Parts: sequence; structure tokens; C-alpha cells
Amino acid sequence: MHPKQQAVAPGSVKRGFRSRKETLYGYGMAAPAILGFFIFTLGPLLASLYLSFTDYSITNDFQFIGLDNFKRLFTGEDSFFYKSLFVTFYYVVLAVPVSLLAAFVMALLLKNNVRGKTFFRAVFYLPSIVPVVATSTIFIWLLNPDIGLFNQILRFLHLPTSLWIYDEATVVPTMAFMNVWSVGGTMLIFLAGLESIPDHYYEAVDIDGGGIRHKLLAVTLPMMTPTIFFNLIMGIINGFQTFSEAYIMTEGGPNNASLFYVVYLYREAFANQRMGAACAIAWVLFAIIMLLSVIVFRSSKSWVYYEGEK
Amino acid sequence: MAAQTKSGIKSFLLYLVLVFGSAVFILPLAWMVRSAIMDSSQIFIVPPVWIPDPVRLGNFKTALNTVPFGRYFLNTLLLVAGNVTGAVLTSALCGFSFARLRWRGRDFFFGLLMTGMMLPYAVTLIPTFLGWRTVVGPNSYLPLILPAWFGGGAFNVFLIRQFMRTIPKALDEAALVDGAGYFQIFARVIFPLSKSAVIVVALFQFLGVWNDFLGPLVYVNKESMFTLALGLQQFIGYYTAQWELLMSAATMVLVPPVLLFVFGQKYFMKGIAVSGIKG
Repeated sequence: MHPKQQAVAPGSVKRGFRSRKETLYGYGMAAPAILGFFIFTLGPLLASLYLSFTDYSITNDFQFIGLDNFKRLFTGEDSFFYKSLFVTFYYVVLAVPVSLLAAFVMALLLKNNVRGKTFFRAVFYLPSIVPVVATSTIFIWLLNPDIGLFNQILRFLHLPTSLWIYDEATVVPTMAFMNVWSVGGTMLIFLAGLESIPDHYYEAVDIDGGGIRHKLLAVTLPMMTPTIFFNLIMGIINGFQTFSEAYIMTEGGPNNASLFYVVYLYREAFANQRMGAACAIAWVLFAIIMLLSVIVFRSSKSWVYYEGEK
Repeated sequence: MAAQTKSGIKSFLLYLVLVFGSAVFILPLAWMVRSAIMDSSQIFIVPPVWIPDPVRLGNFKTALNTVPFGRYFLNTLLLVAGNVTGAVLTSALCGFSFARLRWRGRDFFFGLLMTGMMLPYAVTLIPTFLGWRTVVGPNSYLPLILPAWFGGGAFNVFLIRQFMRTIPKALDEAALVDGAGYFQIFARVIFPLSKSAVIVVALFQFLGVWNDFLGPLVYVNKESMFTLALGLQQFIGYYTAQWELLMSAATMVLVPPVLLFVFGQKYFMKGIAVSGIKG
């Protein structure tokens, strides 16, 4: 209890009454969020784990089948499992570094109070508030192999054209590159990080006769590692959960070349009605994301710099 | 003098890069608008024409007549209204409790909520779907609205709490001495002072619902209950050859969030800065 607040309270008896009342109100007012956590997070989480050991399919009675769902996945009996894992890893490996780099460079460009900063910042951020269905629609049109803008530009420059999302080899890289258009949020987080670096750090480099390269390597990058770390984790988590773009633009095709993990999960659950199997698929995703997060967290000790930590 | 020229060249190059970058980012939207108001025959001209001639604003009307976008618009607005109201009220209430009241278990429950935020939505998707199916049956908006009334999501509670923690505690004490109850302190003192955080929550909630695709996809399959996102996705399947209609439909779906962004830019920037701090 705070000593100052204690002093304000008129008497110890009243103080006790007040804190009991405060506890009552505390629980009461936080109740929606706490209940919500149990109803919409913890409950479904446990139910999902339970269902992953069953062959639940809505239509039939269901049975407890132990680890069969998981066995079916890992033995490759359902070949789409490894396929979707590969597609998703491939996407994350391409999209996360490219998007982080693009967002970081954009933030660097906007850092020094350039004139018109608000305008440029708005332009870079704007695409990330466009609804994913609209983004997908626009890109289906831009990427049209015959008369889409991208191939028209390539033809104009006498460069080879591409089938983009309509070719097994290029569909995932194309979607990773599309993702750069929506990095506005990441850019703003980087920008907030850059702006919180004290000026005197840069002044110290000036005094020591260092140039822009020294500032970047000795001040900006080390000071930005916590922000980079945060964006990296979020990028991985979101990348593994990519669904809407792929579902809308390709439905996992051509020939399952963009069968993202969650698209595969959705297909098992809602097209094939295999709810139990889908829950097992979801738990494997959960495990992968946790494992990767732990790996990144562990590694962060060697590359993330926190101020005030010696 | 030499240093001045050098910095002049540097800022010129910086602008060059910024202008080029902006052009690249605007290009898809410009191309969309250009196609939306173009005559269908002009769209197929190679090399492409940039300025539509004639300007066909009638494409919007044709798109509206082809698919009941008006209906989808109202459906989406209904979901937005239900979600924004619920999220604003309950996230403020819960945020107040976590920020300004002292009760045993407070930090534990707050930590629990924050952990829940990291959970992939795919893990809870199926049991939640099955649960709603048993409770309310298919084709109901309840699964898409009611969850927002339970704190409006952990992120919103977090955002409100962070903001409310910056308000001086002396205000509560003064109100208590004046005989106000905790609910009155919330409703009359802290909530009005948290207006800017509440606006951030409302804006993000609006966008989240407007842009949501998976939610309506899972819970709604009756066409008369479609949202704009579902309607547009269905439109893609039917009219891939009629690009001008598809683009005018996409434009209509995109305009409300863009307007919201243009007028609420200040609040967006604030909200995103907070989302980065939690890391």
C-alpha cells in the first residue's frame, strides 16, 4: 500500500472498508476482460487440445483416437501438411527480412525532420489500412499476366515478364513482395524507436570525428535492437498466420504452391469437416510459433541491447 | 560553403528517394482508381492509358446494381456499431480497474490477458466456432459482435490502461474525499479525461471490423448477411473479366477506412506508437 494514500485516508477502520470496496469494484469492473479471457481464450484453447485427440467432424459421433491425428500429419500420410509447412516457412523466410528491411529504411528516411514528413509518413502508412480483400483485388489486377500493370511496365522496359501468382515457382515470392506494400505499421514502430534515441549520442560521434556510417553502426543499430527484436517476433507470428491474401487470391493454388498453413487448416476444418484433425494442425502451429519465439528470445540475449543493463 | 552545398545535395537526394518511394506506394491505388472510372474497352488497350477518357462514373452504379453492396454496407455498419460500442465501453471499464484500482490478483490477471494476446487465432478458431454453432446456430452476428463486449480485446485494455496510468492519482483521491464512488470516478473523472485513448480504441476497432475477412467467412454464409469484405471476395469470383467493375467495387470498400485515416491521423500515430512500446 502506498504510504501517501494511507495518510489521506481518515482512519484505519475506514481504510480497511475502503480497500475491501475497492477490491470489489476492481474485480467487478475488470470482470468483462477476465470472463472474456476464460470464455474466448482459455476455454477454446483447452477444448482445441482435447479435440485434437478426437476424430470430431460435426456430422458423426466422435471418438477419442489418441495421437492418430498427429501421427497422420508427421508420417506424411496427409502430404498437404509438409507441403503447407514448406510454403509457410518459405514465405516467412522471404517476407519477414524483406519487410523489416524496407520498413527500417523507410523509417530512416523519415527520421530527420524532413519537410513534408507528415505527408510522406501518411503515404507510406496508407496501404496498411486498406482492407485485405481490397488489397488482394487490386493486386490480382496489377499482377494479371496479360494486361496487368506490372507486366506492362516490364514489357515497356524490355524485361522478361512473369506469371506472378499464377506460377508455382513465383507465387510465394510474389506474395512476400506484396507484403512490403503493407509495412506501414512496422515502419511507424521503427520511427518511434529512432526518434527516442537521444541526440547527444550522435553528437558524441560527431565530436569523435565519425561519419554517417559510424552513426548507423555504433548508435542507431545497437539502440534499435529492442525494436527490431519486437518487429521480428511480430513478423514471424503474423507471417505464420497468413490466411486471407492467399485464400482470396489463389485459394492455395496453383497446384497447392501457395497452400499456406492456415489455408490448409481452414480447408481441413471447413471444407473437409475434419474438425479434430484441424485442431491438431492448429496445435502444431502453436508449438512452432512458441518454439521459434523461444529461439528468438534466447538469441536476443546476444544481440539485443537494453539501456541501463550492464 | 562547400559543406552547405554538400548538405544541399544530400537533402535533394533524400527528397528524390522519398518522392520515388511515395510514387511506388501510391501506384496501386492510382491504378485502381484509374481502372474504376474507365470504359471497359479502354482498359484493354496496350500500352496502357493512364487518364480515362471518357470518365465513366457510372461504373460505380453498375457495380452497385450487380451486387447488393448497399445491403453489405449496412450489414458491415451494424457490425462496426456493435463492436465499437462494446469495445469502447468495456475496454475503458477494464482499463480503469487495471490502471487505477488496487485489488489482489490485479497484476496476475493483467499478465494473463497479455499472454493471451500472443496466442495464434488459429488455435481457438475451431472450438469457438463449434461453441457458437451449438449456442446460437449458423448465420448469426452474435459471434462477430459479442466478444467485443468482453473488454474489446487484450490490446485495447492494454492501450487504455497505459493511458489512464498517466492521469494524476490525486484526482481520484479528491473525488473520493468528496464522497464519489469508484464508478462515479470512472464515469465522471477518468473516462472523460481519457478521450484520446478511447478514440484510438474506437478507430482501431472500426478498422478491424471493416477489414475482417475470416470472421464473416466462418460465421456467415447467407448472402443477405454478407459484409462488404465477403461481398467483394464473391465479386472477384464472378467478374474477373470486368476489371472496371471490380476496381470500382474495391474503391468503394476502401474509401471509408481511408477517410477515417485522413481525419484521424493523429490518433492512429498515437495508437501505433503504443503498440510498439509493449515490446
